[in-house]
Amino acid sequence: MMSLRVHAHLHPAVRPFACALLFTCAWLFAAGAQAQLRLDITQGVRDAVPIAVVPFGGQTEGGSGDVAAVIAGDLQLSGRFKPLERRDLVTRPTRGADVRFEDWRLLKSDFLVIGRVAPEGSGLGVEFELFNVQTGQQLLTQRLVTNERGLRATAHRISDLIFERLTGIRGAFSTRIAYVSVDGRPPSQRYRLIVADADGFGPRTITESSLPIMSPAWSPDGQSLAYVSFEGRASAIYVQRLATGERRRVSARAGINGAPAWSPDGRKLALTLSRDGNLDLYVLDLATQGLTRLTTDSAIDTEPEWSPDGASIYFTSDRAGNAQVYRITPAAGQEPQRLTFTNGYNARPRMSPDGQSLALVTLDRGGYRIATFDLKTRNLRVLTDGQQDEAPSFAPNGAAIIYATRAGAKGTLAMASSDGRFRQRLSSDTGDVREPVWSPFPAAPR
Amino acid sequence: MKWTHAVAFTLLAVGLAACTKPKQVQPDTTTQAPADTGAQTSGVGVDAGPATGTTGMSAAQQQALAALQSRNIVYFEYDSSEIRGDYVSVVAAHAAYLTKYPTARVRLEGHTDERGSREYNIGLGERRAQTVRKALMLQGVSEGQITTVSYGEERPAAEGSDEAAYSKNRRVELVQGP
Repeated sequence: MMSLRVHAHLHPAVRPFACALLFTCAWLFAAGAQAQLRLDITQGVRDAVPIAVVPFGGQTEGGSGDVAAVIAGDLQLSGRFKPLERRDLVTRPTRGADVRFEDWRLLKSDFLVIGRVAPEGSGLGVEFELFNVQTGQQLLTQRLVTNERGLRATAHRISDLIFERLTGIRGAFSTRIAYVSVDGRPPSQRYRLIVADADGFGPRTITESSLPIMSPAWSPDGQSLAYVSFEGRASAIYVQRLATGERRRVSARAGINGAPAWSPDGRKLALTLSRDGNLDLYVLDLATQGLTRLTTDSAIDTEPEWSPDGASIYFTSDRAGNAQVYRITPAAGQEPQRLTFTNGYNARPRMSPDGQSLALVTLDRGGYRIATFDLKTRNLRVLTDGQQDEAPSFAPNGAAIIYATRAGAKGTLAMASSDGRFRQRLSSDTGDVREPVWSPFPAAPR
Repeated sequence: MKWTHAVAFTLLAVGLAACTKPKQVQPDTTTQAPADTGAQTSGVGVDAGPATGTTGMSAAQQQALAALQSRNIVYFEYDSSEIRGDYVSVVAAHAAYLTKYPTARVRLEGHTDERGSREYNIGLGERRAQTVRKALMLQGVSEGQITTVSYGEERPAAEGSDEAAYSKNRRVELVQGP
């Protein structure tokens, strides 16, 4: 199995500063048999908030269930925090009474997380405390009950609580990502659809094929993935339940079956079908198999995405000669409305969780890059500077966008904050990784 | 699975037998589903590759088919689905074969280079495959002899992110056989 690595990148404006501060550190998480995550921090982020996460009492350091290491990794990955390196933690308090705040002020840490793990019944109790170092005030404390196997999930839950307390934004560390990995050289390649924790840990192959797999899409309840597979030497759309592995071929019509997108209520898929080579958008009712045609233009209409209220669908079309983003509101009975006019190529719109903006791929000064498009102001803002950046997907809290980029000749994943202030890279040790999609929030806190 | 055997028998009868081993097909509630012939998702699936069975073909047809194998790719300019002058003869050679042997079949596989978004490239690859399809039909090939598939940028012929690789990847492959 592959492991994912994280690199931090800087916005060009703050790069000189970062070069002066350039440091490298790596945590090696000795993981379970499945996978390991290596976190390489190659560059700091200027306005990231320093925070100390002290190894929790009752734990040996460095295991895959090292709660403090998981929390520090999450906070690092968010781009908003800069956890202190472990070797700089001069003392290791595990209880509030043992904390000497002047130590942490000297280390220039704004916040401090301590905690302990102890047997509780047949499981484990995990208790943590969050402090403001300047004031000494305890901002948050909570005890969660879990077991050995649940330690990482509990650590992500604690990250969620800390992140929300300090930023006011719900944490998305207890979510997952799906992506496609490709091994081997053309023409004999191996395609895998993989689901992993949001920090890249624990990759699990959902399906694999010697023919392409593409366009994974999470159901709104996070229980299923829709995707395109060419395993039958023609494209078909499948829906697979993650818990059971059970899957259903929901569209295998003659021609193209592509770009599945779930309706907000999870009952329908918007998708792309072709008749005589002309791609148009349709809506498939998953229960009745009823099919409704949305577009009839002779151009390429594809990559549908629903508005949060389910009333409108955003999509890519080259009806005006090159790829641009359009919106159609079927009930209104009007022609699709063109939204993007900046740049000669805008494609694959993805909705922000608040419904206010789209993430898309734009051709910006010679490179395919990720941008956000504000639906109210119509302002296009380029977030990345790669040559082949594609497949943006919002985190369910809207704070970050995961996307595919290139590192040398290899496809890899990266994250950008939605405001464009920071980026970091998640790379795998093997193969090409592409088409990341961020899951919705879990239905109930884990 | 009776239909699979029926298909296999028919194909053998016309001398175009390929990989038709019976395969578990997922429940499918849609119509016009193509028969599964390629990879499985269990991890041991092997790309069947283009059909090469020539059982039952006349020597003349085998010879004609062999001559096409070396000329079975049409390349395209960037963002274009027009057949360039130097590939008109490739299409014509395949059209001549298909009209001479009406039981022969061709699969047109459309491809793009890696630039741009993936599903949009599926559309561009399909557009190229359709251009070749129309050219074949204009030269007398019947609709039923032709199937198309677009792989977009998913199955590159050449690795690399430069024009040398891109120009090899913007293509339609004409695969003779079922």
